[in-house]
Amino acid sequence: MQFMLLFSRQGKLRLQKWYVPLSDKEKKKITRELVQTVLARKPKMCSFLEWRDLKIVYKRYASLYFCCAIEDQDNELITLEIIHRYVELLDKYFGSVCELDIIFNFEKAYFILDEFLLGGEAQETSKKNVLKAIEQADLLQEVRMTCCEQWGEI
Amino acid sequence: MPAPIRLRELIRTIRTARTQAEEREMIQKECAAIRSSFREEDNTYRCRNVAKLLYMHMLGYPAHFGQLECLKLIASQKFTDKRIGYLGAMLLLDERQDVHLLMTNCIKNDLNHSTQYVQGLALCTLGCMGSSEMCRDLAGEVEKLLKTSNSYLRKKAALCAVHVIRKVPELMEMFLPATKNLLSEKNHGVLHTSVVLLTEMCERSPDMLAHFRKLVPQLVRILKNLIMSGYSPEHDVSGISDPFLQVRILRLLRILGRNDDDSSEAMNDILAQVATNTETSKNVGNAILYETVLTIMDIKSESGLRVLAINILGRFLLNNDKNIRYVALTSLLKTVQTDHNAVQRHRSTIVDCLKDLDVSIKRRAMELSFALVNGNNIRGMMKELLYFLDSCDPEFKADCASGVFLAAEKYAPSKRWHIDTIMRVLTTAGSYVRDDAVPNLIQLITNSVEMHSYTVQRLYKALLEDISQQPLVQVASWCIGEYGDLLVSGHCEEEEPIQVSEDEVLDILEGVLVSNLSSSVTRGYSLTAIMKLSTRFSSSVNRIKKVVSIYGSSIDVELQQRAVEYNALFKKYDHMRSALLERMPIMEKSTTNGPTDIVQTNGEAEPSVLENKHITGGHQPASQANDLLDLLGGSNVLPVIQTAASTKPASAGGELLDLLGDLTLSGGPVTVPTAPLSVSQTPFLLDGLGPQPLFNDVTAGIPPMTAYNKNGLKIDFTFERSNTNPNIAVITIHASNSMDAEMTDFVFQAAVPKTFQLQLLSPSSNIVPALNTGTVTQVIKVLNPQKQQLRMRIKLTYMHKGSSIQDLAEVNNFPAQSWQ
Repeated sequence: MQFMLLFSRQGKLRLQKWYVPLSDKEKKKITRELVQTVLARKPKMCSFLEWRDLKIVYKRYASLYFCCAIEDQDNELITLEIIHRYVELLDKYFGSVCELDIIFNFEKAYFILDEFLLGGEAQETSKKNVLKAIEQADLLQEVRMTCCEQWGEI
Repeated sequence: MPAPIRLRELIRTIRTARTQAEEREMIQKECAAIRSSFREEDNTYRCRNVAKLLYMHMLGYPAHFGQLECLKLIASQKFTDKRIGYLGAMLLLDERQDVHLLMTNCIKNDLNHSTQYVQGLALCTLGCMGSSEMCRDLAGEVEKLLKTSNSYLRKKAALCAVHVIRKVPELMEMFLPATKNLLSEKNHGVLHTSVVLLTEMCERSPDMLAHFRKLVPQLVRILKNLIMSGYSPEHDVSGISDPFLQVRILRLLRILGRNDDDSSEAMNDILAQVATNTETSKNVGNAILYETVLTIMDIKSESGLRVLAINILGRFLLNNDKNIRYVALTSLLKTVQTDHNAVQRHRSTIVDCLKDLDVSIKRRAMELSFALVNGNNIRGMMKELLYFLDSCDPEFKADCASGVFLAAEKYAPSKRWHIDTIMRVLTTAGSYVRDDAVPNLIQLITNSVEMHSYTVQRLYKALLEDISQQPLVQVASWCIGEYGDLLVSGHCEEEEPIQVSEDEVLDILEGVLVSNLSSSVTRGYSLTAIMKLSTRFSSSVNRIKKVVSIYGSSIDVELQQRAVEYNALFKKYDHMRSALLERMPIMEKSTTNGPTDIVQTNGEAEPSVLENKHITGGHQPASQANDLLDLLGGSNVLPVIQTAASTKPASAGGELLDLLGDLTLSGGPVTVPTAPLSVSQTPFLLDGLGPQPLFNDVTAGIPPMTAYNKNGLKIDFTFERSNTNPNIAVITIHASNSMDAEMTDFVFQAAVPKTFQLQLLSPSSNIVPALNTGTVTQVIKVLNPQKQQLRMRIKLTYMHKGSSIQDLAEVNNFPAQSWQ
């Protein structure tokens, strides 16, 4: 996978994960164009489209579009499953996730994504294991914070 | 200093902004606060501030001033700090900035941290955005972690290694030892990422590929276990056990089995098993089947398996899920060349996909349909494709039209069918047809001799209905101009002939000429067609003359030039008009397998419009300053002429007309032109241009002569008599150059007295090599019906050593045999 974008029906970006090095300007341009293209698609159309030299796989969940750019050799259908798995993880974590959860807790959405995918590939295929890892890391955050509130920087 | 506001608070506040300006103001205010907080080196709230900055960055605002702060967070001991710090690094930093290198040391430390979640953060960041320098520095650490027994870290290390290899391919070797027992892991996460790593290595290096082939049995075993094992709640997706891993294994098997018989055989059974046993009701099962099909088609599988694969794709085509149909069409397109017959079986389903609502599916179905057209199914397929052409979106029409023409040309069952198909395309998608289709179609039509009256009739009827589609109008105009006589004759074998008068035909053509819908090119076609009808229609010459003269002052330069030339044809060269405007010969098609007769009929009709070029032959400039006879531009149509090396049409002759003044003949012979040459005479000139070689009749000894010899340039004339017409002398000029520098842009021009006619063919080249190392030859044909003494004025122009040289000379020393 080269990148993943999450955006609302109005085209507002909610999450962007880039697995290829691009300048900020290029990222903005790609985002703008792709968002426009995907939003223009009619509901009856299939979830795949060719865009530049990439394959784009997208799916809408409620008010959010999940959009991935994959390479030629990648399997589009399994990418749909990857997107679905990510949504399931978010759902389990937030409890019936909605767009607002992702807006207000975007950093957590990133953490979950980073426990599921690494470098554009799935690192863990067990839902349980991903959620367990997040849980543990969250705990680590709290423990450290309560007892080391005033820890100064070295 | 009050504590900076919390992240969620900020988000809430910003979302209350009603306008972009309001939002911008809030952001600016907060950024200022954050900046001062950074300046104060506030450790406690740095994390919070950076998090807010990341939010604002996502909204599109600049956040570069936070980059260094991310580094400080990464270096912190607090887990929260590290978490946000690494996230910030991944979002704000990239390898273009030198700043990112400062991360390297922190990452190195964190890779060795006592807490696996910190190690995980470091691996994740490195594997996501590590630059080549960072990868080089830290590859060793990654390799170490690849060998750990901690599966949480091992799986991340594997994907991190993939990234390292992509960035620094030379480092691939160092990961080889660690891969030894990767596949013996039970942990699916490790298995999955290991397969990804192995795939990456095999794709990059043929040596690695050969080395890892031995893993095929193990991979097959793992896959088998996944399929056969019972329900595993941890990895189950809709009844399938770990589809992600299955797909990755299938992909690796594809790479290992490619071009290798043994490996392919070893995986044959499992592929068949997966193909037949996988549940197809949900997307997840189809994803596995899809990968299986790709693998089967790519390795050296036995034919039974291949047919099974294609049948799976055929079933996909019937699936309600459009994603599945899309994927099937894409795969079929890839396999149609190699497994053509198997794909043919699904032709009707594919054709049905032409009616799908989705644009991508339609496009693929169209491409696939064209690939499947053959001699047997052409009629049925074409019906469907033409129907598609009628109703498809404009973006498809050009490609579809081209495809139809190509297919029709290859497989047309009859000429009439072919013409009908062309007509259909022109009338339904005429404006989308590509420009090169027009000359191709014209060529096709001329070659279907027996269909001429049918064709022109149909085209005429089409024009009556609609003159807006330019390619249609162009082809129709050309045909009417060419076959107008057939049109008014009232005869037609193929269908009911229509009764149309000459005036009606001219009405239509004139209509095209004046219409705003017609492009400049189309108008040119139309005017030329009208002109041609002057010889084909009996009672309309005056009308045509009028039209032509009107356009002599057209603003459009093209049109004006043509009109003026045609005008001149009426006025001064009326005797040549019918010869010039005669029926076109059948054109040879140079590329595809069209009819290849080179039939040279009599008369040089209008030069072909194959390249939509300017009509060069037979036109006279308006200035009548000279009486030199034209050079009929026939050479570019006749493939048999041996001398012409260049493809320059005889416009060289055209220039001649302006440059040489009137020839005054000193001495006796009658110079008054007698009655204009009757029509029948002009063909004589061209008789010699028949399919036979020109020079097989070497008449005994007309001695050669030197026509010109000055400044190192020597021009010799050698003679032959044409074998068909004794009045034609065929002269070959040989130009040689004795200077030490070559003469370039060499142009030879000649003019003869009024009683003669001259034709100049294309020269062999326009560079006369130095020091007599080669010659330029050119053929001149002179018609001398009155057997007068041959005289010639020649003009030479060339470039020599950077300067342009011109010379005029008279040639009077022709041997008597050349004109008696």
